[in-house]
Amino acid sequence: MGTPPTTSGMLDPRMMAVIKKQRIQDFLFHKVTMLFAVLVLVALAAILVSLMISAWPAFKKFGIDFIWTVEWDIINEDYGAAIAIYGTLVSSAIALLIAVPLAFGIALFLTEMCPVWLRRPLGTAIELLAAVPSIIYGMFGLFIFAPLFAEYGQPALQSTLGQMPLIGPLFGGAMNGIGLLAAGIILAFMVLPFIAAVMRDVFAIVPPILRESAYGLGCTTWEVVRYIVLPYTQKGVIGGIMLGLGRALGETMAVTFVIGNSQRISESLFAPGTSIASTLANEFGEADDFHLSTLYALGFLLFVITFVVLSVAKVMILRTERAQGAKT
Amino acid sequence: MNSNLYRRRKFVNTLGLSLSLFAMALGLFVLLWILFILFKNGFAGLSWAIFTESTPAPGTPGGGLANAIVGSLMMVGVSVLISTPIGIFAGVYLAEFGDGNKLASITRFVTDIMLSAPSIVLGLFVYAVLVAQVRHFSGWAGSFALSLIAIPVVLRTTENMLRLVPGSLREAAFALGAPHWKVTNYVTLRAARAGVMTGLLLALARISGETAPLLFTALNNQFFSTNMNAPMANLPVVIFQFAMSPYDNWVSLAWAGALLITLTVLVLNIIARVVFRERNSG
Repeated sequence: MGTPPTTSGMLDPRMMAVIKKQRIQDFLFHKVTMLFAVLVLVALAAILVSLMISAWPAFKKFGIDFIWTVEWDIINEDYGAAIAIYGTLVSSAIALLIAVPLAFGIALFLTEMCPVWLRRPLGTAIELLAAVPSIIYGMFGLFIFAPLFAEYGQPALQSTLGQMPLIGPLFGGAMNGIGLLAAGIILAFMVLPFIAAVMRDVFAIVPPILRESAYGLGCTTWEVVRYIVLPYTQKGVIGGIMLGLGRALGETMAVTFVIGNSQRISESLFAPGTSIASTLANEFGEADDFHLSTLYALGFLLFVITFVVLSVAKVMILRTERAQGAKT
Repeated sequence: MNSNLYRRRKFVNTLGLSLSLFAMALGLFVLLWILFILFKNGFAGLSWAIFTESTPAPGTPGGGLANAIVGSLMMVGVSVLISTPIGIFAGVYLAEFGDGNKLASITRFVTDIMLSAPSIVLGLFVYAVLVAQVRHFSGWAGSFALSLIAIPVVLRTTENMLRLVPGSLREAAFALGAPHWKVTNYVTLRAARAGVMTGLLLALARISGETAPLLFTALNNQFFSTNMNAPMANLPVVIFQFAMSPYDNWVSLAWAGALLITLTVLVLNIIARVVFRERNSG
């Protein structure tokens, strides 16, 4: 690619030697960089294979039932993933319920309302929220948020939502600040910046002419966002939400601090529970042979679930960007 | 009727925008609240002893975080050394040879997913292939796990930054008869230097605060040690263990460590942004 087309007769042999040398160097350069790129794929394959091998005794003993068995009995070596999967899904769902509207608000503010000179500092501030290490969120959640939540948040929830039919029992039981709901709230603020960043970026690619036309017809800012921007960027927005979900599912430290770490499923969201990641963080250090294998099985499940969620997110965001590329 | 509709639209608009303003304010408030708490609790525990003494035994007063700070610096340093060449070379491949290439697009896709993959699973992986084989925890294993997190960050930033280099620059170099590897090394990579630096700083910031992958790889070490082949103290795991402990001085050390880590990560992030912005405006 780098060397110009030559007619060999016109060049002296020394030059030909240089060109030959350069061609070999280029060939090596290509292959060496390719090797490093392939390394990433090898790492992924190695992760899947090694987790699968280590988890094999557990999968062999319990089969596919492992996924929906509600049991975590270390003494009798009877294990099922359902409790941890339930905790993971519920805490992530709560996180998304809170984070998505907030992220939408932030993206709307940054793209439509914010004065231009404030956009960058405020955008950076939200991105810094993503940079705060997860263990800090954990400490903050356990020492600062949980006591406040137990004193003000939970009684308020119990006296309002807790009195309603159907969803009432979700807000019953002892109020000690930690549990699935607390974990979900902390998670919400961890994934908020990721979702907000994607939403802001896809909102920004809406062609100005569409937006201006709507304003020209007399639409309010809200109507422009609701009926023009949001439908146009639908896939990207969903992609951003899935990205947040992927983050929430695999988050370890923040959840471990506030979820309560108890291997049971209760009907109240105030009750302590566990997630896949927090089970791993708590038990892996002390586990032996078969217990270890079940933990690997949990890790394998977590990896596969997040891989699928993140793949969907990636495809959605890519499609939005590509549609934008095709239109302009 | 018409004015009624108008009033309703105006109301909905005001409501929507107020809620959006509220969301922004809430986001900022949480960031400032976390920082305020960290400063308040962290400064109380901060003293010179933090940097000169090692972590105390259970029940002994005083102590510092010297062993954890050194351990963290060593492991993060080694993993930057591992992930920089791999990330940059692979990024060069994606940017220079990656157009219309199946292998490159799969690599790009997988890298994007690895960027958000649960870090605790990477810890499990390193435990399975390294720690369980040699039968002891080690600083090397910790570095290896951190590298797995850093590589995708370096790789993707490098690729994006190389793609920002104007095509004319690359073509001018080709027109002079330079081979591809020279064009990349001496022209494109140099032009994108600030951007690549940004990627390295972001990767550094990312792995400085990672806890989960270190739990099963480097573990912890109560004593000062620079032996990468043995369990190694590191700030995140020390914070994790000390924060949950019943000893007051441990909890206060955990807050001091938390303040140190957060400041480091935030400063690295801000530097990365400044470096990148200067390159863009310059």
